[in-house]
Amino acid sequence: MSEAVLSQRSARVASRSRTLSGDAPVRYLIGAIAVFIAALMLAPVVLSFFASIKTGADASASPPSYLPHALSIENYQKIISYQAGLWSYVSNSVIVAAIAIAIVVALAVPAGYGLARFQFRFKEGLFLVLLLPLMIPYQALLIPLYLDFARIGLANTQLGLAIIHAMLQIPFSVYLMRNSFEGIPRELEEAAVIDGCNSWQTFLRVSLRLVFPGVVTIALFAFITSWNELLAALILMNKETEFTVPIMLVGVRTGHFGAVDWGALQAGIIVAILPCLLIYVFLQKYYVSGLLSGAVK
Amino acid sequence: MRMRTKNLVGLIYMAPALVFVAAFVLVPFGQLIYTSFTDASLLGGSKWVGVANYVRIWGDSNFWKALIFTLKYTVIITPILMVSGYLLALLTAQNRPVLQFARGVIFMPVVIGLGTSSLLWFWLFDQQVGLFDKALVDLHIADRMLVWFTSADMALWAVIISVVWKVVGFGMILFVAAIQSISRDVTEASMIDGASYWQRVGRIYLPLTSRTVLLVTLISAIGSMLAFEQLYIMTGGGPRGLTFSSVYWVYQSSFIKFQLGYGSALSIVLTAIIMTGAAIQITLTARRAA
Repeated sequence: MSEAVLSQRSARVASRSRTLSGDAPVRYLIGAIAVFIAALMLAPVVLSFFASIKTGADASASPPSYLPHALSIENYQKIISYQAGLWSYVSNSVIVAAIAIAIVVALAVPAGYGLARFQFRFKEGLFLVLLLPLMIPYQALLIPLYLDFARIGLANTQLGLAIIHAMLQIPFSVYLMRNSFEGIPRELEEAAVIDGCNSWQTFLRVSLRLVFPGVVTIALFAFITSWNELLAALILMNKETEFTVPIMLVGVRTGHFGAVDWGALQAGIIVAILPCLLIYVFLQKYYVSGLLSGAVK
Repeated sequence: MRMRTKNLVGLIYMAPALVFVAAFVLVPFGQLIYTSFTDASLLGGSKWVGVANYVRIWGDSNFWKALIFTLKYTVIITPILMVSGYLLALLTAQNRPVLQFARGVIFMPVVIGLGTSSLLWFWLFDQQVGLFDKALVDLHIADRMLVWFTSADMALWAVIISVVWKVVGFGMILFVAAIQSISRDVTEASMIDGASYWQRVGRIYLPLTSRTVLLVTLISAIGSMLAFEQLYIMTGGGPRGLTFSSVYWVYQSSFIKFQLGYGSALSIVLTAIIMTGAAIQITLTARRAA
């Protein structure tokens, strides 16, 4: 191909791409539309936050206002002292999530390692077994789990609920850990073996450190799933003192004598959103990369 | 001999997870099948009734109503999620700071719980204090604060709006990743050939990201078929029981009406539906990993 044609082509490419992304007005327009949509997406949470810092009467006023007329922590005080107390619900949720994280990490990390590093019979079949929670929806398993847990004393316990939440995360977590371990060069592990490490030591001292970002990711997902999960908590937890934050919120929404305390509900919503939002803002890297590499969830 | 020990080691690493899944998924699933052939009640007592529960499902108009409602919900929301997710992905696909920021914000509701977001929107849609309603009035889209939850159709749309807000960013992020992984050579070649932007979307982006589109469609459709929280919180199954989803109906039958045997049979039917979709999803994902 002659020089002239080539340069003519690249000129055409350049002019094309200018009209697409290089052209300033189009760029600004795309940016402006994106920011506008982002603002719309953010609005519900911002409005909820504003409502949560209104006075109780202002938050229930009709017609409503977008902005608070006066600032108040009244709604937060109400949610803090709601029934068994906010602290009780938050600590239940945190404990359940912590146990769920511990179970998920303890099960998925070794399983991912075994799958990534060893050849054995029925390996892919057994991998599919670990993906079963994707195929059998946990919503369907809640009847037998409820009956079993009642029989062995796990009903109304944080451990019982954490087991169900961990089960939800097993497929995603095993899949992600398998991929993470497969991403490590074998040479590093072989070097450790030459230095005299056995399989377990190699796993602990070499491989595990290298897949640490993956471990953070599965822990984050386990936290968010557990913190937000409603149905299993609703079925398994029948005692006020064992309620998690989502069940508390349903209680606030049901209200007393049919009247919803809208201000307290918004304060509760903000409390429920906050941990997820903080994790997302500060650990976004782990969260989004996990989502992209393990979209089996 | 050496091969044997290797076999064993790999299996040992997997064993705890396998035991866990066996204990809390496989065994309960077996129990679920058994219970579906009994008249077990939450109040106690259980005897074998054969296929009576399944016969009852066949003739239960409430089950069919819930299933048809769930299908309707899925069939409406899935294309909305796909199209809006893909358009947002096209809009924000470039790695400019302002677009990355917008992407981050649009994705944000994904990390919020479905129960929490449903409560948030239940408030926004309220006829007395709802700010979404007020915004519609202020923008002259509606002439008064709307009542969303006394009509099944309006309630369905309220739920759809809230769920789209909550999950549209999920598809968007996966679509952005897929679009960004398309080789520059391909897009540049099409520019040289003089393809317009939308021609490029139709002839290059969509075909080259079709696997991701299919995967996200399946994930969304399965999630929608299992809808519960959004309806439990926003509509309570009302008005007149017109917005019960399948999972909600299982919950209602088992834990509100105490009919565990019947609820188990309903769960089996639900599982059969979900398994079909999930099997395709796993096949697709496994092939991508390979």
